[in-house]
Amino acid sequence: MLRRVLRLASGRALVARALSTRRGGSTPDRDGKVSEIKKKIQSILPGEPWNPLYDTSHLPPERSDVVIVGGGVLGLSVAYWLKKLENRRGAIQVLVVERDHTYSQASTALSIGGIRQQFSLPENIQLSLFSANFLRNINEYLAVVDAPPLDLQFNPLGYLLLASEKGAATMESNVKVQRQEGAKVCLMSPEQLQNKFPWINTKGVALASYGMENEGWFDPWCLLQGLRRKVQSMGVLFCQGEVTRFISSSSHMKTTSGKEVTLKRIYEVHVKMDHSMEYQPVECALVINAAGAWSGQVAELAGIGKGPPGTLQGTRLPVEPRKRYVYLWHCPQGPGLEAPLVTDMSGAYFRREGLGNNYLGGLSPIEEEEPDPGNLEVDYDFFQDKVWPPLAQRVPAFETLKVRSAWAGYYDYNTFDQNGVVGPHPLVVNMYFAAGFSGHGLQQAPGVGRAVAEMVLEGHFQTIDLSPFLFSRFYLGEKIQEHVII
Amino acid sequence: MAAPRTSLRLVAAIWSTRGIHGRGGAATPEGSQKKGKTLLQFLSDRFYDVEFLREYFLQRQMLKVHQKNRSFTHMVEQYGPYIVGACFILDQGGMVKFQNNDWIGPKERGRFALEFSKFQEVSVEAVDASGCAINYEGLDNLLLLRNLQSLSLRHCPHVDDWCLSRLYPLASSLQELSLAGCPHISERGLACLHHLPNLRKLDISDLPAVSNPGLTQILMEEMLPNCEILGASWAQGLNVEPEEQPQDKASPVHV
Ligand SMILES: Cc1cc2nc3c(=O)[nH]c(=O)nc-3n(C[C@H](O)[C@H](O)[C@H](O)COP(=O)(O)OP(=O)(O)OC[C@H]3O[C@@H](n4cnc5c(N)ncnc54)[C@H](O)[C@@H]3O)c2cc1C
Repeated sequence: MLRRVLRLASGRALVARALSTRRGGSTPDRDGKVSEIKKKIQSILPGEPWNPLYDTSHLPPERSDVVIVGGGVLGLSVAYWLKKLENRRGAIQVLVVERDHTYSQASTALSIGGIRQQFSLPENIQLSLFSANFLRNINEYLAVVDAPPLDLQFNPLGYLLLASEKGAATMESNVKVQRQEGAKVCLMSPEQLQNKFPWINTKGVALASYGMENEGWFDPWCLLQGLRRKVQSMGVLFCQGEVTRFISSSSHMKTTSGKEVTLKRIYEVHVKMDHSMEYQPVECALVINAAGAWSGQVAELAGIGKGPPGTLQGTRLPVEPRKRYVYLWHCPQGPGLEAPLVTDMSGAYFRREGLGNNYLGGLSPIEEEEPDPGNLEVDYDFFQDKVWPPLAQRVPAFETLKVRSAWAGYYDYNTFDQNGVVGPHPLVVNMYFAAGFSGHGLQQAPGVGRAVAEMVLEGHFQTIDLSPFLFSRFYLGEKIQEHVII
Repeated sequence: MAAPRTSLRLVAAIWSTRGIHGRGGAATPEGSQKKGKTLLQFLSDRFYDVEFLREYFLQRQMLKVHQKNRSFTHMVEQYGPYIVGACFILDQGGMVKFQNNDWIGPKERGRFALEFSKFQEVSVEAVDASGCAINYEGLDNLLLLRNLQSLSLRHCPHVDDWCLSRLYPLASSLQELSLAGCPHISERGLACLHHLPNLRKLDISDLPAVSNPGLTQILMEEMLPNCEILGASWAQGLNVEPEEQPQDKASPVHV
């Protein structure tokens, strides 16, 4: 009897799905219900395999081909692409270790969800274009049978960057690069700007660049959950716990010039379980460091940076948490529906949040005034003293506003050149990085995940050449500066 | 990962009922049903669980939409942008109106094909793509029609906010736009229409994804002061009409 119900349920769902896609409309309610019923029935059917190993929230498996440290958007994206690009279904086992499944401190959940192509480096522009394409087709990439479609809540309103006399030339050359890479960005004179957005005070503005397509903001939580749901359906395992130790073997080698090098290979990851002193060792072939703002610490656990200064062994992963505030305010006379994400030349930015004349924004402090990253408390004086004055000058309507709330999050800040680190470590040969994106990691996650997966599976970058982002640049001292950091 | 056993059972379940075909088309003749079954059997040999099979079908559906929206732009050099844009719309099942000409629908396609050369220099002034499967990629072809004045995308299932952010190349000419009944358009995409300052008439009624239709309409009116915006209230008015009509007919005053 039960089986017949099950049959019915699954058969119906198939028909419903086929029809709904053909019509183009979707029936989330029904699909959701069907999968719910199916799950219920499955759980009470006798003879179900009960296997504690698969109960992912408790213990991790004893071995996994790949262990990903950090279940934020970058870690999940790497997991997704590893499974997507594997040449046979189930070829690689992937385990994601995340210490906090509520993501209370993860940058992904605390970011403001912006995506733009207005960067100075071609690689960053390409990554962001790739991501825009991914996000546009998110319900194809992350489609899960029976699950309702994702609502990314993308606001395609663009970024508006302002430049003073001094910055105008740089802006112009950046836009040239952006256009070459295929981004749709236009330049505006102060007069054009005034015409387009009458609520802006153009005093001091020499030039503005404005993204026409593929720029705006979306719900980062939706992307995170969508990835999570998808990779789970692809067989990726999750475990809640903290990676506290790597056990590695080393082999000594000589280079052609006769120098001794020690190559390390991690073969075991210790995962400390939540609320206990116990740990579980997980045998692995490969570790992905996607621990966001904490990826520097995770690298240190593998011995990266522990060596004489000036050597490759002694070169740290220069990624550290930097606290950034986001304020939410209400302003009845503020910019209307058409308002893009505006970034003033002072660095202060704002965007609309919803329809009720609410706005959010912030500003990155100067190096000397970096707040203590020990906690995520908000400094309201920072808004009063640093953020509000330039914003009120730029948008006179903001002279009267009311701060409603605020939060703080960590930038995964690369102190060396504010760019991501992608690919393997030259000495700890099976640790791969996907970290250090310094405040633009969310929008680049889809492309970065793919690049790392290609590196793992093919040994080289295929879709986008990210070799400038390799770790070795820290040792060689080759900065690849990104000029447009917000 | 715990799926294999359950899924295998699911496969069996689907094969043993008349399943997919029995329910999909009630009047399927016996012969084609057999054919369908062997195909499914073949697939089930290759894809080991039914979830995967269903995902495969899902992907196929999506691919179809992509194919319908493939780019025609390589033909522009030979035929000119207007012919190519018009062909795309007709292919989709929509209608086009060349300047100083009558509407051409999919039925008149043959005649249109014979008179290609006549239209080469004439621009398209109106497109009615109601209910078409046009999506973001397909807009490539539509955007060839640079002098387009009126565009109807009513009830297009694949037109979404991303699409609206791409209409700005039509800014100088577009005066009328109808988006009524598009299931995926929200206030976030509508906000992009500020790029179309020449709009005189905009229909945004019956958009289920707009979270606050009343407020959205007010904000849209603020954003596009020269444009007449048909929104929620208008749609309600329409709904009332058919109900009122019979009453009117019944009343003796109304002849
Ligand atoms: C205020 C703010 C605004 C931002 N705005 C934007 C924006 O507009 N656009 C954009 O693209 N980006 C933005 N960012 C940046 C973006 O959020 C990050 O670059 C991105 O989320 C990084 O993703 P991640 O997965 O590496 O990090 P996270 O999301 O932080 O994930 C890392 C995870 O690793 C886990 N972890 C760490 N150490 C361990 C360990 N030892 N064991 C187990 N788990 C561990 C953590 O719990 C965490 O969940 C913003 C960031 C902030 C703070």
